[in-house]
Amino acid sequence: MSKILVIAEHLDGKLNPSTARAVSAAAAVKPEAVDVLVLADNAAAIAAEAARIGGVSRVLTVERAENAHPLAAVLAPQIAKAAAGYSHVFAPSTTFGKDVTPRVAALLGVAQVSDVMSVEGPYSFKRPIYAGNAIVTVEAEPSHTVVATVRTASWPVAAGGTNSAPVESLALDATLPTHTRYVGLQSGKSDRPDLQSAGKVVSGGRGVGSKENFDIIFKLADKLGAAVGASRAAVDAGYVPSDLQVGQTGKIIAPELYMAIGISGAIQHLTGIKDAGTIVAINKDAEAPIFEVADFGLRQNMDVELSIVMPCLNEAETIAR
Amino acid sequence: PEEAQMKILVGYKRVVDYNVRIQVKPDGTGVVTDGVKLSANPFDDIALEEALRLREKGIAEEVVVVGIGPADLTAHLRNGLAMGANRAIHVTTADAVQPLTAARALLKLVEKEQPGLVLLGKQAIDDDANQTGQMLAALWDRPQATFASKVDISIESGADGKATVTREVDAGLETIEVELPAVVTSDLRLNEPRFIKLPDIMKAKSKPIDVVELASLGVDSGDHLKTTHYAAPPKRSKGVMVKDAAELVAALKAKGLL
Repeated sequence: MSKILVIAEHLDGKLNPSTARAVSAAAAVKPEAVDVLVLADNAAAIAAEAARIGGVSRVLTVERAENAHPLAAVLAPQIAKAAAGYSHVFAPSTTFGKDVTPRVAALLGVAQVSDVMSVEGPYSFKRPIYAGNAIVTVEAEPSHTVVATVRTASWPVAAGGTNSAPVESLALDATLPTHTRYVGLQSGKSDRPDLQSAGKVVSGGRGVGSKENFDIIFKLADKLGAAVGASRAAVDAGYVPSDLQVGQTGKIIAPELYMAIGISGAIQHLTGIKDAGTIVAINKDAEAPIFEVADFGLRQNMDVELSIVMPCLNEAETIAR
Repeated sequence: PEEAQMKILVGYKRVVDYNVRIQVKPDGTGVVTDGVKLSANPFDDIALEEALRLREKGIAEEVVVVGIGPADLTAHLRNGLAMGANRAIHVTTADAVQPLTAARALLKLVEKEQPGLVLLGKQAIDDDANQTGQMLAALWDRPQATFASKVDISIESGADGKATVTREVDAGLETIEVELPAVVTSDLRLNEPRFIKLPDIMKAKSKPIDVVELASLGVDSGDHLKTTHYAAPPKRSKGVMVKDAAELVAALKAKGLL
């Protein structure tokens, strides 16, 4: 039987919801246990959150001052030690998971399965390649630990609230390097919902035209209670910071509603939104590839998408009343 | 100040060009690559550009591009030389190379070449694995700075120096400091790669390419993932065009989305 260790992602003492998505993927393996590993300087609050996630058997905490920040070189040797006795190690396929997990896999001398979309069996998984334009089924070696990252957009947040898994402190004999030091985080934090977990996302592209015009995207998002995203073109043009980028090289998301405004729909952008529930495209170009994937398309022969967005915003305002 | 003698190793993978809309073979055995345009992995071009800029700043002395693949990969490595690398190493193999094997092969080259920095792309746009740099750093037992959008190197006299790297993480921009030697993987916004000029292509013809067989490096090809099936992604059903914002809002309301 399988035993799975899920690596918790957290920031500022709070558990990231991507952890509960990784737990969902772990549950799909039908293991005898799913344990969550919390590496932190102060783990209590994070561990308490993890313990409530449905399907979690135990929460293991490793509290060390060195674990205050998510440095892969510091965390990986601890995770590799903690992996003993587990058949699988899962982490969310966020920048955190992508950074640390391959380091763990290499320390264990095993291949890694990146971006698990579905579990076909304990050693068989589906994952996207070529910017999501092909889906492959891969088989891992059953005699080795399976190390994998979980494509968060493909998995629901495991139901939480009712579980109360035991929390145990774990002592690991791991020597930690001092060659890597955390300096700081310049966070693009806002009061808006988080792009990766939001139910609704409004994204702007090059067609928005300017940094100033992007305010309309933010206003529309706020009206709808949506997170804000952007295409690579909008980021490169300096309209918004890069942590808002949606696509192969940015964030992969699966909201219920995705509104793409002034976004043509390049392959690398589409790969980031393929699993969205409903896609709305507003674009002046009738030939824009985004219309091929949109459930609802609105095109008007105007120079600036802004003038299309405004009535939309007004409509949303009406609904809000 | 002491003369910088640092060597930089750059991974330079050849992939299906990012503009190509790939097709899955109907029998599920792979994707169609015959007659398809191949190019440098875009992230690797960025890694190479960064290495060249560090050489131009006097921080590095030599830039070496490394490719792992079949015999005809040599022509691809010439592109890296034309862009400005001093020399190339071609690790030959007819087999598909997975990240763990690539990392093990790179480790062998690192042990031989003793670079101060290894620059790789954050991911290859064919397998989308995003693993090789991290795996190399682990096997080498050296620091990693992944998804870099800014790299500052400082070499102190008598010391190996350090890199201060800004990383593009989900929460924003994180800065870390790593001692050299280290592995850095490039994100899109690290720089804009230069174009190759015709005279540089001529010059590249006389630059050296070392050819070494993967098997001769003594790399344990290890236990790999077996890919058993390829499929096209599920198609989304055809949508509808609405005539104006009012109709759009009504349609979204009807679906309970607004």
